[in-house]
Amino acid sequence: MSHAESYLKEGGFWSWFTTLDHKKIGVMYLFTTLVFFMIGGLFAMLIRLELFQPGNLFPPDMYNKIFTFHGAIMIFMFIIPIIPAALGNFFLPIMIGAKDVAFPRLNLFSYYIFIGGALLAVMALFSGGVDTGWTFYAPYSIQSKTAVILVALGVFVMGFSSILTGLNFIVTLHKLRAPGMTFHRMPLFLWAIYATAIIQVLATPVIGITVLLLIMERVLNIGFFDPKIGGDPVLFQHFFWFYSHPAVYIMILPGMGIISEVITVFSRKHIFGYKAIAYSSLAIAFISFLVWGHHMFVSGQSVWANLLFSILTMLVAVPTAIKIFNWTATMYKGSIHLQTPMLYALSFIFLFTIGGLTGLFLAALSSDVHLHDTYFVVAHFHYVMMGGTVMGLLAGLHYWWPKMFGKMYPEIWGKISCAFIFVGFNVTFLPQFWLGKLGMPRRYADYLPEYTFWNMVSSVGSWLIGLGFLIMFIYFIWSLFRGKKAPANPWGGDTLEWKIPSPPTLHNFDEVPEIKAGPYQYGVIKS
Amino acid sequence: MLPQASTLAQDFDQLFSFIFWTSFVSFVGIVLATLIFILKYHRSKRDPFKTPFIHGHTVMETTVSVVLFIWVMVIFAWGWIDYKKILAVPSDALEINVIGKQWLWEFEYDNGRKTVNELVVPKGKPINLLMSSQDVIHSFFIPNFRLKNDVLPGRYTQLWFNATQLGEHQVMCAEFCGTAHSQMLAKVKVVEEKEYETWQQAWETQKPGVAKEGEKIATVSPVEKGKELFTSKGCVACHSVTGQKLIGPHLNGIFGQEVTFTDGSKLKRDENYLRESLMEPSLKLVQGFNPLMPTFQGTLTDEEVNAVIAYIKSLKE
Repeated sequence: MSHAESYLKEGGFWSWFTTLDHKKIGVMYLFTTLVFFMIGGLFAMLIRLELFQPGNLFPPDMYNKIFTFHGAIMIFMFIIPIIPAALGNFFLPIMIGAKDVAFPRLNLFSYYIFIGGALLAVMALFSGGVDTGWTFYAPYSIQSKTAVILVALGVFVMGFSSILTGLNFIVTLHKLRAPGMTFHRMPLFLWAIYATAIIQVLATPVIGITVLLLIMERVLNIGFFDPKIGGDPVLFQHFFWFYSHPAVYIMILPGMGIISEVITVFSRKHIFGYKAIAYSSLAIAFISFLVWGHHMFVSGQSVWANLLFSILTMLVAVPTAIKIFNWTATMYKGSIHLQTPMLYALSFIFLFTIGGLTGLFLAALSSDVHLHDTYFVVAHFHYVMMGGTVMGLLAGLHYWWPKMFGKMYPEIWGKISCAFIFVGFNVTFLPQFWLGKLGMPRRYADYLPEYTFWNMVSSVGSWLIGLGFLIMFIYFIWSLFRGKKAPANPWGGDTLEWKIPSPPTLHNFDEVPEIKAGPYQYGVIKS
Repeated sequence: MLPQASTLAQDFDQLFSFIFWTSFVSFVGIVLATLIFILKYHRSKRDPFKTPFIHGHTVMETTVSVVLFIWVMVIFAWGWIDYKKILAVPSDALEINVIGKQWLWEFEYDNGRKTVNELVVPKGKPINLLMSSQDVIHSFFIPNFRLKNDVLPGRYTQLWFNATQLGEHQVMCAEFCGTAHSQMLAKVKVVEEKEYETWQQAWETQKPGVAKEGEKIATVSPVEKGKELFTSKGCVACHSVTGQKLIGPHLNGIFGQEVTFTDGSKLKRDENYLRESLMEPSLKLVQGFNPLMPTFQGTLTDEEVNAVIAYIKSLKE
């Protein structure tokens, strides 16, 4: 046992607000982004409430603001930052045997920037809201009379936080690995974070420039995007998706990383195809830069661009499917323990596979013509983002909660909550595929009566999800105060974070660990 | 199920079924494997310290990748082949102008007849919609035909179809365009060709201000209106319609023909080119001419631009 004290020992506002400890910064990110998840979730419930039946519960303008805030908050303030900035920050240094990230001050600064940007965006909530959708398509975003500039500025500022965090992680992974921790001995979560960081650094500047151009056009009337003053609205879409498609992989890759960790630990098997999973993350990161045009098949972009983007998009299926295959194969001949983190990992495989496969309908040119901008797309990306990233996040959160706070969550309630979320998710989003195929367009404040039944089912599903998260919220808070004390290694994990106390000491390791083998040394080697 | 109300609808449904069933099989494979593993290798039956050490299987991974690659390429190729059909506008298609504005659809026929939110078309005839928007981006979506295309301000996009089912088919706006986006609805009314002709004739004879019933009077079609604008806006001063070279290039039969610009690049002159030449005349300058033409940005309404283009398209001697 260590003589040093837990990183949580020193409390008080200033000890957190001025901390340079990666763990405390990670925890601050975690609670901040979870608060935004709650706000974004409430907006989601309002969307489903409006769509429970045809007719208008809220005035259409208000509905348009509700779905805009749901999208913008979930994307920019929750799903992009949460896994890298919260769990990544906490565990990346520990998993490579380091005391902290390479630039601790920059790390804290990134958090401040994030808060600053988020406050700007939240200010829009109180100054009339914004109604453009999170995509800010021009020329609507130029002509809209709502607080577009505030949110755009918020996105611009938060972008820097993302870039700096990515940069910090890349340098940390290259420079601070403990002796013997080669790249090929790194846990797969870190490979995923590494691939994510590359995208964050390379792609995020583009969204910054794009929203800046948008602000310039609104304020100074320079014609970048509005054809009335000589601009090109399709150009905006190119700029926007040049970031926002790679951003989809900023969201999903870290989730995939968590699944790789959880599956091996709870199957007590070495990961199947370590290198295939590691390099497929990099492959996905690379291809992610070349597929943005698949959001624009019916936008009026050139036919040959459509051809190219369709082929390249199909290619993403290969590394993605390799991962799913490998996770499934990892369970073969294992000893599978169905604890809450594993249940979320299995939910991930189930839901993300549906999310991935439904992407094929949208990547094929002719079928996208019908399905584009319908609820089919809404269902598809919720299966990928919520069925994928959020399930990965929840797997990771339950897996690492004992390590982060030294307390066990109540297992039985974890399972009950997981059941509500899994069932509720499918009840909410499976019907939306059908609605989309029937032609119900997205972003509709009201719909034709023939879509009523499946919308009702979908809304009922959202209440089940809500209930699941409410249970989770209660037991997580409860466990912080009343939870059983967590042992150092409750799951029998083999990576470095399980070799130090729960919660970790301020400096993580008393002595610099020496690494002699890869991360998942389970199983008996047979000759 | 949605009715298959255009010649292209069936293509979509077939590709959709193909992707659906092949995906379904692979999905069931993954779920079954997972379930079997969970049941067979559950912790209650397996000693956690006696699992075998397996780190991968390169042949299996390669096989999976290759099979998957072939499968997605088949889907891609299928999608591309069908997509080309969606693009290939038949040359005998009846052209109708569509203008999207917040929050309604306006249709203009070649005889000058205009309708709002109701597009009447003959069954079994190819129809080509030449679409543009007056404000923000909209998207013209007819689920029963499995077709949609964005409608942009300052540019033309096309959508062609051949309706196979009589009756009314829903049109919706699929690109978010503000407050009443979800109310931006229209109907395509498909009628027999006979009925369509009567419908048009009825209007031509019942035009407001006509003295005698049944008397056919001249209506202002887009082509005629364009001809009028061509004189009143001064185009005739520099552009001949006969083939004679004046200060600007002649416009006789130029539509759809290739032209060389001063920078050596070539382009087929289509609606978008003509529109651009009206708005930004010096952007693409035809070889042998000087940048003298003024812009008509703000001078002509969208409807007038459509009319001028319709007139230029009609010029063939």
